[in-house]
Amino acid sequence: MTSPLATPRIRIPRQVRAGETFEVRTLIEHPMETGLRQDGPRPIPRDLLNRLTVRVNGDIALQAELRNGTSANPFHTFFLRLDRTSDITFTWTDERGRTAQATSRVQVG
Amino acid sequence: MTPRLSRRAVLAGAALLAAPSAVRAQSQARLLVIGGGFGGASAAGFARRRFPWLDVTLVEPKARFVTCPYGNLVIGGTKTLDAITHGYDGLRARGVRVVHDWAAGIDAAARRVRLQGGETLGYDRLILSPGIALRWGALEGYDEAAAEVMPHAWVPGDGAQTLLLRRQLEAMPDGGVVGMAIPANPFRCPPGPYERISMIAGYLKRHKPRSKILAFDAKDAFSKQGLFQDGWNALYPGLIEWVPANRDGRITRVDARDRVLESEFGEKHRVAVANVIPPQSAARIAIDAGLADASGWVPVNPVTFESRAAPGIHVVGDANIPGPMPKSGYIANSTAKQAVASAAASLRGEAPPSALYYNTCYSHVGDDYGISIVGIFRPNAEGTAIVEVPGSGGVSPRGNLPEQRRLEATYADAWYDSITRDMFG
Repeated sequence: MTSPLATPRIRIPRQVRAGETFEVRTLIEHPMETGLRQDGPRPIPRDLLNRLTVRVNGDIALQAELRNGTSANPFHTFFLRLDRTSDITFTWTDERGRTAQATSRVQVG
Repeated sequence: MTPRLSRRAVLAGAALLAAPSAVRAQSQARLLVIGGGFGGASAAGFARRRFPWLDVTLVEPKARFVTCPYGNLVIGGTKTLDAITHGYDGLRARGVRVVHDWAAGIDAAARRVRLQGGETLGYDRLILSPGIALRWGALEGYDEAAAEVMPHAWVPGDGAQTLLLRRQLEAMPDGGVVGMAIPANPFRCPPGPYERISMIAGYLKRHKPRSKILAFDAKDAFSKQGLFQDGWNALYPGLIEWVPANRDGRITRVDARDRVLESEFGEKHRVAVANVIPPQSAARIAIDAGLADASGWVPVNPVTFESRAAPGIHVVGDANIPGPMPKSGYIANSTAKQAVASAAASLRGEAPPSALYYNTCYSHVGDDYGISIVGIFRPNAEGTAIVEVPGSGGVSPRGNLPEQRRLEATYADAWYDSITRDMFG
């Protein structure tokens, strides 16, 4: 309960051309425990990330609901297109409201 | 030894005299085999043993063949290269014409193979077992020059790559980090990288106990994973760190000058010795002949192993798409025999024999510590795909079973002796 969420990893280009489609990859280490597994006689407590939100200059570009079918260390790949230099903010939230966040600036030019 | 003609054989021969074209076709049927490894050497030897009426030619550029199996023990220092090097005199003694040349191209329509040395060989049936190509440049920064600094040791050739990695480990100071980059599926020898980790760990434990292995993987799971990791925990605690793709283990760029392995998310790992196993495809001759599909591998008929693109060319060994079977030496051997039997049947105007394919992959984890995975496979009822026979196989049991591990290490050695004798003996 006490440990903070891991530092996320982001792979995103620093610079793109306007209107160019580019790939973004994210990875966050997290056990994604469903609460259904046992460690011997003891149940392993449920511990799940439930959301990834990607904002471009504050506007939501992508929102993913994560559930108990999402594998450990969730990995997401998606594509973006920008027409101006933007700050991309990635936010993971767990079921207890803890968050991990990363921001990347992508230059358009 | 001259075989004695039985009364039955003489009668059969007399019957064939009534059909001269069949006699002619059989007596002159030319089986050409390209590649003298686990698929090709097995095919050539089996063809002469089982179908002595076949005229068998084997094309293989190297005079001596270094096996991939047991190469990891050379890297770990418990076997010599000589012990895993084989010649072709045994096949010659069986009546195989062995041509040491490079097959430069296949003319499937004319049924001819052009050799680099200038000769052209015609065939009635071709067994193509060319092995794999390393996809230079598929991993950014990893080309043939980089492989001289960061060896792959995955296509042994004359053994130079295997010995290069061995020498680098020997020269490394105690405390140095050995980095490995392991590719995504499919690739040659699925348990191979993990046996290699084990054998290198054995060497480090004995000679460089302050060193460690950082193994970066483009996958999240691997063959016999539980068994390997049990062995690592028991034999080499703290010495091996395996980093799966979902912990940023996928290496996407390498820098040979500084021996840096760079991960998907930009982590740069500088190591003392780097073993880079790059992405692979079918060998170039198969691709040049138009046999491979977009995956880079060759689709084949599950019963005859004929290429889907060019019937008459049976593609065996690691170059093909084997369905659920692994790219292993044992599968190459097993499928080569089915391919030869199918080719022989076709030359006699018969249906191919029913097929069953066998695989056992042993891996050494430590001294007197072996594990295995077994599978038996067959074409499905429609003959459209290969499926594993339900309940046929499995892996070694888990748990603290020293006698089982010791026995499996000896079984592994016996497997190697048997299969290399079957190929080259």
